[in-house]
Amino acid sequence: MANHPPLAISTTALRKSYGRKLVLDGIDLDVAAGSVLALLGPNGAGKTTMVQIMSTLIRPDSGRVLVGGHDAIADPGAVRRLIGVTGQNSAVDNLLTGTENLSLMADLMHLSRVEGRRRVVGLLERFELVDAARQPVATYSGGMRRRLDLAMTLVGDPRIIFLDEPTTGLDPRSRRTMWQIIRNLVADGVTILLTTQYLEEADQLADQVALLDHGRIIAQGTPDELKRRIPGGHIRLQFTHLSSLEAAARALGVSTSDTSTSDTDALTLDVPGDGGVRTLRYLLAELDRADIDVAGLSVHTPDLDDVFLTLTGTTEEGALR
Amino acid sequence: MSYALRDSSTMLRRYLLHMRRYPVMTFMVIMIPAVFLLLFVFVLGGTLGAGLGGDRSAYANYVAPGILLLAIAGAGQGTAISVAMDMSEGIIARFKTMAIFRPSVLTGHVLGSVVQTVVGLAIVVAIAIGVGFRPTATPVEWLAATGVLAMVSFAVIWVCLALGLVTKSVEAASNLPMPLLLLPFLGSGFVPTDSMPTAVRLFAQYQPFTPVMETLRGLLLGTAIGNNGILAVAWCAAMTVGGFVWSVKLYNRDPRP
Repeated sequence: MANHPPLAISTTALRKSYGRKLVLDGIDLDVAAGSVLALLGPNGAGKTTMVQIMSTLIRPDSGRVLVGGHDAIADPGAVRRLIGVTGQNSAVDNLLTGTENLSLMADLMHLSRVEGRRRVVGLLERFELVDAARQPVATYSGGMRRRLDLAMTLVGDPRIIFLDEPTTGLDPRSRRTMWQIIRNLVADGVTILLTTQYLEEADQLADQVALLDHGRIIAQGTPDELKRRIPGGHIRLQFTHLSSLEAAARALGVSTSDTSTSDTDALTLDVPGDGGVRTLRYLLAELDRADIDVAGLSVHTPDLDDVFLTLTGTTEEGALR
Repeated sequence: MSYALRDSSTMLRRYLLHMRRYPVMTFMVIMIPAVFLLLFVFVLGGTLGAGLGGDRSAYANYVAPGILLLAIAGAGQGTAISVAMDMSEGIIARFKTMAIFRPSVLTGHVLGSVVQTVVGLAIVVAIAIGVGFRPTATPVEWLAATGVLAMVSFAVIWVCLALGLVTKSVEAASNLPMPLLLLPFLGSGFVPTDSMPTAVRLFAQYQPFTPVMETLRGLLLGTAIGNNGILAVAWCAAMTVGGFVWSVKLYNRDPRP
């Protein structure tokens, strides 16, 4: 704890409401320079509002926002010079071609003609848009559009990037491409704050995850730290008869009275364990020795879904209501 | 602030590209006044010309300034629609988070619309001359008339820009500027205001388009201008300042979720 890395983004007691609806209820958030923070939460948790405030698009009702050492409320111009934003809604000009969109950004970044041209060509290559460069964006696929969107954000070579749900609506292949692009940015030392409702995405990309629910941060830490906060993994056994379930419970020393580990209607029994080969071999040997028929077996490692469920006490769908 | 000109011209280039990709709007700017011109000269022109103590070609001369103002109001409607369409796009949020001259999105729209309008007006004037419009203007008067047209276009477009920003939908943006399209009719554009009943005449004499049309008529056809020139400049200045201040205020509002 002695060496704190410098902070790229820091918010203190951020509050925002729309009318009588409280959207952000006192958010404190720190993002270390060169790291990736994922703001994870269901729809309506306040993720987009957070990004809009940190990227100077809207002002909070109260609280403090520092981005790259500048006060985003008092001096938004200084913040805008440092950041790049890829919003949730596609921020590309549909009537222009890919090249024209990127050139527009180069002009607005006040780059020289030669430098602008160089960056536009470089980004088209890097984001595999060379073939479509002269096509109007209206003809682009969702994945291409998202890549162009991010490429436009990068024309100015920002050191702090906000990505609001960068992979929502993308097919799995495009999502993987986007993840790789984001990892490459991180490797270049860029600070990234991204929002996502995909737990896997936060797990894949983020150094730190902040769980946002109803305008509050309910947990924050590395993906591993968060996973450690919930009960460990388990092996789920499926039976065809209640008698074999009970026999197995006796053989393995697991109680059948605890409804969180044993379901006598679905005929499943959860045995705590990490799902390693040694554990499985032991488990199967014990069941074999007791001559118990097992219909199925599945290994469950804790994921961020479990974290969310444990901490909010609601499912994602539940949080929507 | 130092980037005001550079960013405005970048945005102007964006809108000129839009016009090339989406020429329907420019076509509309020319079509509406052209159709009205042909209707009024070839269908109504004989009778209306006789009412003025002349013939069809005399009416073509009389109606030309009104048609030009109709073209400008139509162009303003186009501006309102295109800015409302633009504001619904995610790229506006991107512009707002960039270190650029903030109103450049607006100035780009206005300059683009002015260019579009001037092109439209040139074509409408050419059609008018084709159907009997015979201006008597000297080159200096032509220059002055062009200046008046540019000035009133600029003013109407700023007002329409605000109307496009204040609406929530593209449909509403196309309806709000409608009254402007009526102003040439409820003024001296199509018939002299003396022929109207008192209430209508009072409105017609004191609304902004009438002094503009009278000034154009004076410059192009040699009729008396009187104090209409001053009034035209004053109205245009007021509309420009009002439209600009309102537009910037609307643009700087926080976007609602």
